[in-house]
Order: sequence, then structure tokens, then C-alpha cells
Amino acid sequence: MEQYRMAGIIVMAAAVTFLLRALPFLVFRKKQSMPAELAYLGKVLPSAIMAILIVYCMRNISICNADSMAMILAALITAVSYIWKRNAFLSIVGGTAFYMLFCQK
Amino acid sequence: MKWNTTFDSWNYAGKIMHNKYMKTAFMKSFPVMCSYLFVSTAYGLMMSEAGFPWYISLIISLTIYTGAFQFVLITFLGSNTPVITILLTAFLMNARQSFYSLTFVSEFKAYAKEKMGFGKLLYMIHTMTDETYAVNCTLQMENAQKRPVMLRVAFLSRFWWMCGTVLGGIAGQIIPFHLEGIDFCMTALFITIFLDQWQKTESHISALTGLSAAFFGLLFFGKNNFILPALVITSFLLIMMKNMKRKKTDGTI
Repeated sequence: MEQYRMAGIIVMAAAVTFLLRALPFLVFRKKQSMPAELAYLGKVLPSAIMAILIVYCMRNISICNADSMAMILAALITAVSYIWKRNAFLSIVGGTAFYMLFCQK
Repeated sequence: MKWNTTFDSWNYAGKIMHNKYMKTAFMKSFPVMCSYLFVSTAYGLMMSEAGFPWYISLIISLTIYTGAFQFVLITFLGSNTPVITILLTAFLMNARQSFYSLTFVSEFKAYAKEKMGFGKLLYMIHTMTDETYAVNCTLQMENAQKRPVMLRVAFLSRFWWMCGTVLGGIAGQIIPFHLEGIDFCMTALFITIFLDQWQKTESHISALTGLSAAFFGLLFFGKNNFILPALVITSFLLIMMKNMKRKKTDGTI
């Protein structure tokens, strides 16, 4: 019984996830072109989504908290080094290494 | 004979790795590898601590394949949470990814014309995670070269996620040092992509709208449920501002 429940949940959750990802294709399969509004959204949304995801990643930050300060510093290190050197790998490793060093204490 | 076949398959594997598409995809998805290996190792570890064997974790990673929800699902599977609550959570947590496919509708449609096109289309849809989407957004090349690279980015990202899941499930517990803070890798990846997009686009309206909507959502919907409302608000505002701009220019002409 417990196993059937688990299998059912996995199958249904997988279906929900897949259908959500497939939604734009299911809707626009017949029509050749998308409405102008949606095409516009598809073009400009990526940078908005990235901003939202950054806020989501840092959602646990609070003022007067050493861990939060370390995370903000790590984010600044990542951002400044990236603007300076334009090397994504270096900035990611540098920022993460800084934050991990702080977390080891 | 046996040596020959071994050599052939080895040579074949070498060919795939030396494939320039694979190389590009590997380099581009390297940050995803770092973040996926560690996050999925943590997932495998948490699953084994909750009493699930590694192959159950692998099955879930293979079928559902979505980071944040898989973690939430661990607690759901161990409790008597109603199925409808679980599905609704899956819907709310993953609805943002239907926005991602929106960016690639025309690219994905072009897959359908290739060999095994429908399979590729389904695969690309299935692998549309936050990170795969983010990396595929940064690819700047012609469509004929972009498609094979995107496919390999999707494949590699999913591959690393499976590796970590199994690794965490089987051996995660014997890692001798602390990995605390490694998940910042993902934040750093998003920051570099955000800066990249910022410098590439002339108008920063979208990025700023997203940022404000995120803070607004964080305030009013709480830190665990704000992604979807923030996305809806952003989309609404962006379309509204575009229409207002059009009316303004129409009026002056």
C-alpha cells in the first residue's frame, strides 16, 4: 500500500512537472505564430527571472546576522570580480570559496 | 577481437568527448556541474537519511527532475500528506518553468525537423530546469549550432544530477569534510548570468521590474512561495508598460 502510494505520487508529480514545462508547446502547436505579447515576454522575461531567482537564493538573509553578511559579501565578490574580469568560472569559484570558508567555522 | 571492440568503443567515446559541440556544452555547463553535483549529493544524502534506498532517489531524479521540489517531496513521502496537497505544491513550485519554455518555443520547434526530432523535443521539454534554461540563454551562436549544444547542455546537466543523486545515496555519508555553503555556487551562477544579461540589453526595465516584484513578493507572500506571484506580477507589469509606451508613440504620430 505504502509503495503504491509512493509510486503514484512520483508518477503524478513527474506528469505535473512535465506538463508545465510543455505548456507553451501544447498551446502554440497549431498556430504558427505566438501572440505579440507572449513573444515579447519570452524575450524580456529571462533577466527578470534571473533577478527573482537571485532574490530567492538569498531569501534567508536577515540584518545583524554574521552568516547573512558573509553571503552578501560573497555575492559582492562574485559580482565585482565578474564585472572586472568577465570570467564566470573564476567569479563563481571565488564567491563560493569565500562563503564556504566562512561556513567552516 | 575483444581488444578491438574495446578499443573501438573507447575510440567512439573519445570521439563524442572531442566533439566540438560536447566541448562547448561542457564548458558552458561547468557551473551547473558544480552546483548540481553538490546539491544532488545533498539530496541523495537526505533521502537515505529519511530511509529511502538510493534507487528510489534515482527514480525520482530521473522522472521528476526538479531541484527544489524534490527536497520538499522528501518530507511529503515520509508523512501522510494528502496527494492533492503534494500535486498542488508541485504545480506552484514548478509553474515558473512553463515561462522558461516560452523563451525557446521557436528553437524547440526546429528540433522536430531533425532526426529523432520528437524524442529530442520531449527531452528538451523534460530537461527545462532553472539552470539548464539559464545556461542555454547565454549561448550566442547560429541556430544550427545552438541546437546541438543546447541538447548536450541539457544532457550533461541531467547526467550530473543523476551522478550526485546516486553518489549521495550510496556514499554521501562518508565525505570527510564539510560541504556547508557549497550551494552558494547556484547563487553565484545566477549573479553572473544576471550581470551578463544586464550588459547585453539596452533596456533594464525587465530586470528592475523583476527585482522589485521579487522584493514585493518576498514581503507579501513569504520567502518560500513568492517566485510564482513575482513572475505573474512581472509579466503583467511588463505587458502593461509596453502597451502604454505604444499608445504614447501612437498618440504623438
